[in-house]
Amino acid sequence: MSTKTVNNKAWWLVLPVFAMVAFNALIPLMTVVNYSVQETFGDNIFTWVGVRWFQEILHEERFHSALLRQITFSALVLAIEIPLGLGIALTMPKKGPWVSVCLVLMSLPLLIPFNVVGSMWNIMALPDIGLLGKAINALGIEYNYTRQPYAAWFTIVLMDVWHWTSLVVLLCYAGLVSIPDAYYQAAKVDGAKTWAVFRYIQLPKLKHVLTIAVLLRFMDSFMIYTEATVLTGGGPGSTTTFLSIDLVKTAIGQFDFGHAGAFSIIYFLIILTVSWLFYTLMMKNEEN
Amino acid sequence: MTYFKRFVTILYIVFLMLPIYWLLNMSFKTTNEILRGFSLWPHEFTTASYEKILTDPSWYLGYVHSLEYVLINMILSVAVALPAAYAFSRYRFLGDKHLFFWLLSNRMAPPAVFVLPFYQLYSDVGLFDTPWAVALSHTLFNVPLAVWILEGFMSGVPRSLDETAFVDGYSFPRFFVRIFIPTIAAGIGVACFFCFMFSWVELLLAKNLTRVAAKPIAAIMTKTASASGYELGLLAAAGALTIIPGAIVIYFVRNYIAKGFALGRV
Repeated sequence: MSTKTVNNKAWWLVLPVFAMVAFNALIPLMTVVNYSVQETFGDNIFTWVGVRWFQEILHEERFHSALLRQITFSALVLAIEIPLGLGIALTMPKKGPWVSVCLVLMSLPLLIPFNVVGSMWNIMALPDIGLLGKAINALGIEYNYTRQPYAAWFTIVLMDVWHWTSLVVLLCYAGLVSIPDAYYQAAKVDGAKTWAVFRYIQLPKLKHVLTIAVLLRFMDSFMIYTEATVLTGGGPGSTTTFLSIDLVKTAIGQFDFGHAGAFSIIYFLIILTVSWLFYTLMMKNEEN
Repeated sequence: MTYFKRFVTILYIVFLMLPIYWLLNMSFKTTNEILRGFSLWPHEFTTASYEKILTDPSWYLGYVHSLEYVLINMILSVAVALPAAYAFSRYRFLGDKHLFFWLLSNRMAPPAVFVLPFYQLYSDVGLFDTPWAVALSHTLFNVPLAVWILEGFMSGVPRSLDETAFVDGYSFPRFFVRIFIPTIAAGIGVACFFCFMFSWVELLLAKNLTRVAAKPIAAIMTKTASASGYELGLLAAAGALTIIPGAIVIYFVRNYIAKGFALGRV
């Protein structure tokens, strides 16, 4: 790869994007920052309160438990979807008429509106008339996701696995088909076993797409809102109330702007920090 | 080994199809049959739910609204992302890396954070309850993604293409439109696909930035589901209909989809 030419006139090409994102992201973000340091009593009267909201949230039991649930959820989802997606990508056909069929069918869950995904699993998991609920109960295990916290968690995680594993599959598949046949032939000549082929040929080539997969899945699972709200509404109790659900409850449900503002900023900073770490890692890979 | 592999792939696809089948199953049942109890397929087959949705404007207009803002968003996002992606893939300029990460950071912003400020911003500029409000708000995460994908595809095009064209006397705009855009047509298709997809599936912003005139189908569904108690058949039929646009779009990009999901970087 040749090096890029230095040309500051390229800014003109970036200008439309810059203007649009500035309008769309900077103005709202400043609104949030504004709220987070003020107290309001209605009628647009604001008083400066400094970092009080931030201190309050960071010491709040409610925030801690929502954050803990969120981290648990993202960790669980990543731990299941990444290996599963990789495994399925390895079993997929690489050539032939079935490739398109597989790809189209697998992408289908990704294109269903989030609330429909929630409704689908809601219907699917109903204990008396849903396929999943009925099947689990028939096995002799008592299952009702609107009453049992562990059943609610099981259903949400299963729903997310159903919804997003294909993203990992497609990424890994794209990585796998980009490996030239010559590599495999060389491995065959050397008498390499399946495991050795995976470990020394496929895995290194997949490092890049796997980082993208982890990055995307981390971000999106950390922001989960609609699917979980439709499925469980954050319940039973508050056992599945994740960060976004909690935030929307405070901001739109209780009009607690200052609190919600500070919450938003802490929330955003957490995602930004973790994503930045992955991003740096990825860019390093890309340079090599 | 091949049989085992085939078995795993088929098992996974069956797992993916089961909830979709269950949705279709419910959508063809009468409310009576749904409430009477569990059955694997509709015994009293009916298309009443679909007929209601396709003839009642308060239902089918929801699909029109959704498609409206999705298309506006798609065109807007890809149009502004194209020149920017070219700049990122071809040149180094002051602050380029920072700008790129700043763009991406918007993809990392939880929509829940932006609901309230967007509501105020678009109310102030008079866009609330129009498809433009939703389309603009969705550019927040779609523009960075489009730039990222297009940059990946463009970096795969050798720079000698540009240089030869400039030597041949092409001006930049003419080169861009006549030569460069056709060369990366696949990348543009994939970028459009992703903008379509993420705008089509998002609900939190779409719901809260509209009231009546631009209410998306997904929001109409949640309202009906809670208002009329247990109209599961209707809900299922509306849900099943939301799968169709996605399925059509996937079919068009099926050959590029894998590369697209890798953001053009394989």
